[in-house]
Amino acid sequence: MSDNPVQEGVRVLTICNACRYCEGFCAVFPAMERRLNFEEADLNYLANLCHHCAECYYACQYAPPHEFAVNIPKILAEVRVNSYYKYAWPRPLAAAFRRNGLVASLTLMLSLVISVLAARGWVSKSPGDFYQVMPHEVMVMIFGGVSIFVLTALLAGLVRFWRESGERLSGFATPFAMKAGLSDVLTLRYLSGAGEGCTYPGEHRSLARWWLHHFTFYGFLLCFAATSVAAIYHYALGLRAPYGYLSLPVVLGTLGGFGLLAGTGGLYWLKQRQDAATADHRQHGMDSAFIALLFLTSLTGLLLLFLRETPVMGILLVTHVATVMTLFLMLPYGKFVHGMYRLAALIRYSLERSSKQTGEAGHTNPQHPSIL
Amino acid sequence: MVLESAPPEFRGGNSRHTRNLRCMHDSPTQFLHDSYPEEEYFADLLRVTGGHTNEELARMTIRASNSCTGWMMSQGVRFQPSLSGTLHLARTNAFFLGGGKALMNAYYAAAQRRNVHVIYNAEVIGLNITNGTFESARVMVNHEPARIRAGAFVAATGGFESNLDWLKEIWGAAADNFLIRGTPYNQGKVLKLLLDNGAAPAGDPTQCHAVAIDARAPKFDGGIVTRLDCVPLGIVVNRTGDRFYDEGEDLWPTRYAIWGRLIAQQPGQIAYSIIDAKVFGKFMPSVFPPMRGNTVRELAACLGLPADALESTVGRFNQAVAPGTFDHSKLDDCHTRGLQPEKSHWARPLDTPPFLGYPLRPGITFTYLGVKVNQNAAVLMRDGHPARNLFAAGEIMAGNILGKGYIGGIGMLIGTVFGRIAGREAACFVR
Repeated sequence: MSDNPVQEGVRVLTICNACRYCEGFCAVFPAMERRLNFEEADLNYLANLCHHCAECYYACQYAPPHEFAVNIPKILAEVRVNSYYKYAWPRPLAAAFRRNGLVASLTLMLSLVISVLAARGWVSKSPGDFYQVMPHEVMVMIFGGVSIFVLTALLAGLVRFWRESGERLSGFATPFAMKAGLSDVLTLRYLSGAGEGCTYPGEHRSLARWWLHHFTFYGFLLCFAATSVAAIYHYALGLRAPYGYLSLPVVLGTLGGFGLLAGTGGLYWLKQRQDAATADHRQHGMDSAFIALLFLTSLTGLLLLFLRETPVMGILLVTHVATVMTLFLMLPYGKFVHGMYRLAALIRYSLERSSKQTGEAGHTNPQHPSIL
Repeated sequence: MVLESAPPEFRGGNSRHTRNLRCMHDSPTQFLHDSYPEEEYFADLLRVTGGHTNEELARMTIRASNSCTGWMMSQGVRFQPSLSGTLHLARTNAFFLGGGKALMNAYYAAAQRRNVHVIYNAEVIGLNITNGTFESARVMVNHEPARIRAGAFVAATGGFESNLDWLKEIWGAAADNFLIRGTPYNQGKVLKLLLDNGAAPAGDPTQCHAVAIDARAPKFDGGIVTRLDCVPLGIVVNRTGDRFYDEGEDLWPTRYAIWGRLIAQQPGQIAYSIIDAKVFGKFMPSVFPPMRGNTVRELAACLGLPADALESTVGRFNQAVAPGTFDHSKLDDCHTRGLQPEKSHWARPLDTPPFLGYPLRPGITFTYLGVKVNQNAAVLMRDGHPARNLFAAGEIMAGNILGKGYIGGIGMLIGTVFGRIAGREAACFVR
């Protein structure tokens, strides 16, 4: 066994590639079988294809304590987090992946300071009028700036991932591959286990993670949709917040907020029960920071909604703005990126499958000719 | 109650290393193409065993295979399309999703749901059998002795291939150089106890299924990944650098199982498969990287072979290769002329560096000796009568049906069919 995740990954995948019993589980193994040799770029790609469902670990005849000590979920988790670090832009900020909890806390502090400084006061004269606490232009300025930075950083990371894979940039937008990748992501195909779920947090299959991730993911999307609709209301229709409880932005945001609360709370609960054998404990901070930021964002958002006509509205607004700002700033430097690289890896997988059955130049996919 | 001699991680004997089940079917099923009728199945079995089979039991087992996958799925076992590279098995063999360990996990989970008590690290060391009736077993549980009484006993303890002393009794010192492909827990102790208590033997007591595996494989439990399939693509020499058998005699799937014995008969029980760069990547990657040299001499040095001898063997081989059209997928016309032994197919000069070599040793898969059973899985005693409450299933009785040879997926079929029967009969007897 090697301490270097890439070396250890190569060692383990060489064993897997001579066995192949797991090829029915997910995309990682068919992708592996297209290759005869593994380099860091291959490892990074396979690691980002892996959903960490751990089925292959429980099914592995070579899992520890076997002397081959094959543990794909764990080693790919280690390779995966290193790949996040490698793709991060700008480079110096990659360090945020290493001490994610600390960085997230410091960012939250900073965001609170900015948010407090941006606030005009703590109370609003007319009930529920956020803009008396923080003017609309100030919010737009802050979040506009943050968004431009965040989108640039995410895009740079994505380009780095894609470049390393050796695929053409245009390949990313190939319609059939994009469609397949999106479908795999939106349905969480590889966590569904064809309806039986996956072996997370432990050996017995369950759909818990599939459901809770859906709550989280679609909750996030609903909140995003709520903000987008509100922007249309504001600019196109000239309707100013606050909006009524039954207005479209509020309904979307409320559903999304509760989805996020349930989803992230549940995912954290599952995480506490994760089989220690397959977990990469060094990532616990990063995972928890993202879960906590999503949870706090929805919690402060919902509190703000329900208490917007009380005297605590000001303090809640400042807190919510700071939390959202932290969430945004941390997007390129935390667990959020898994979704982006996963989608890209699945798109690449679809591209590879459609190309000829060749891995490296000249190699056909060799096969078990017989069976015992 | 299940007494499992292994710890939980290695439970289930050699089933952990398996991956499919050969099933007859008269029409396509969810996992199997086309049809595989009883007659064809039985003909396949006759071919590999050369007639060393009990037709009544064999046909019963084949017929029972029809209902196996359905029953297995009801226990939580999942199947998948045949693995890549095994398309020739898509018609005959149902593959377990994730392989044999996943299958065992499903069975153990099913047993747990029915409150079956499993004791791990429990090795049976004595059987109290009187007049064909099982009374109790002496067991070491975590090195502590215990006595367990039961109304019936099902032996599912495999062969004796991991018992090195027993192998040595048959093969002599050569056995020291054998590698065991499967579980180290198949010690054959229950098999011996049954035979000592009057059970009738089945299967050749001296034979084992042995293939050529990478000599760097662990002593036990290397499983599928230590297999090497490059033999027909190059030449195989022994430790003096000489060829000793036709590497291209027949298609590899029908010949790979003779190479274990061939190597066992060579000095030091070691051989070396030598190929060149032309064919690298054309066979399943092995878990160990090949030794390599830019010249045959360099490779000989890496492998610890006499360089002059290897160079001369390769030179003579290259000169004897007749022109032909290489085709790995069939018996092509690439052969040698004037060599002893000849290579009948896939013979091409070894001329493209780097030259690659894999050391090979005999890898024992299983042994054939078992106990005789009847169609109720009851152990037959030497006087011909079945034991009252003593049953056997799996490798320990597979020799009744598979007296010789092997055909993919039949070991798991025999285990599944007789496991079900033995369980049913034991339960009926106790009731």
